[in-house]
Amino acid sequence: MHSGILISQTDGRPMYLQIMEQIKQRVAVGEWMPGAEIPSIRELAVELRVSVITIKRAYLELEREGVILTQQGKGSVVAPNPGPNPRVVDKELGEHLEQVVRLGELLGLSEKQIARRMKEASERLNDSRSSKEIA
Amino acid sequence: MKDLSVHFEGVCKRYAHFSLEGIHLELPTGGIMGFIGANGAGKSTTIRILMGLVHQDAGTVSVLGHSMPEEQAAAKLDIGFVSEDMRLYGEATLAWHMEFLRPIYPRWDEAYATSLLQRFDLRAEQKIKGLSHGQRVKAALLLALARRPRLLVLDEPTTGLDPVARVEVLDELMAVLADEDRTILFSSHNTLDVEQISDQITFIDRGRIIDSDDKEVFLDRWRRLRLVLPPDGVIPRLPGVVEVGGSSRLPVLTTNRFEPAMVSACSDLGATVQSVDTMTLEEIFVANVHSRRERLTA
Repeated sequence: MHSGILISQTDGRPMYLQIMEQIKQRVAVGEWMPGAEIPSIRELAVELRVSVITIKRAYLELEREGVILTQQGKGSVVAPNPGPNPRVVDKELGEHLEQVVRLGELLGLSEKQIARRMKEASERLNDSRSSKEIA
Repeated sequence: MKDLSVHFEGVCKRYAHFSLEGIHLELPTGGIMGFIGANGAGKSTTIRILMGLVHQDAGTVSVLGHSMPEEQAAAKLDIGFVSEDMRLYGEATLAWHMEFLRPIYPRWDEAYATSLLQRFDLRAEQKIKGLSHGQRVKAALLLALARRPRLLVLDEPTTGLDPVARVEVLDELMAVLADEDRTILFSSHNTLDVEQISDQITFIDRGRIIDSDDKEVFLDRWRRLRLVLPPDGVIPRLPGVVEVGGSSRLPVLTTNRFEPAMVSACSDLGATVQSVDTMTLEEIFVANVHSRRERLTA
């Protein structure tokens, strides 16, 4: 099975994170259905020309997040109810928010100003989404 | 017990102007190890000892269960070796070389050799002397791969290759690894290739192994922290800091023992962490070599 995953050299993020993200996208859009078998660690390593240990890392993290299930000697499948583990996503959100505050402080923004920028960002995102729908 | 394809223990080799000291190496079967060092660091000497081409002064070397250099004849049947200075006969064709090797190696795989010719874009009837550098490397690799060796040892396999040839070579190396009983050791100073395909990485500098670990461990532990200090602030003492750069208010710390908790520890000490940057293997290698050399001269 050909995964079609592509790794970018200029992405800057570690390869295992890129692989995780693309697998999650495949699951999210339904290309990889719940319960379906996915490539073995070694198969994916050969296909992506990436070391076995990197794929192993990506699969371990995906398992921790509840996206896939790995059975010793049997390979891996997409979890029956794959969904972002709310705890993990919540933690990630917390980290991003702290980063926002830190950057805001660096610019000398007050708490209120940071909150306003946040609201503006959300409005911008909504605007760009609705304009795409019209197009 | 781990199944090791290559095991060096306390290996030394002394020359007039260069010495290898206390080399310890463990390469598990089924893995791929990238061996990184500057020119003259000792990569090729280590590989020659592994092949039994150079005899160590002290220490033990075991390759595929054979003790080297005593049992090199038996070991070599199972090792495919490609190095830059390996001589193919210029006047002979690639086909001649293939026919020459076929009866020597019992596991020679003619179908695989033929498919490699195509994938490497080589022509068997061409004389070696008419080949470009890249074609010569691919020809040598084809001759090594078609023997289906259990251990592939490659000295600078991607050096001097154009981008297309490099991808072809890396593709074939990974294809070898689809079989989990086969093992690859390759040396390079192209850290990008090593970063991509290696499971384990060993850094060598000035005849000594300075670090050896799983690739993911290297990439996880090494970070650059960009800090903002208050006026008169002091740089927080963090574990594993090997380098302090940047300016006095905006220091940049390089650590090889990064933990996410360091970020909050810094802010507790009054320093703002502007960013935590991941490092490429090349940056890690250079920082590693610098800090080691500084400690030696300090």
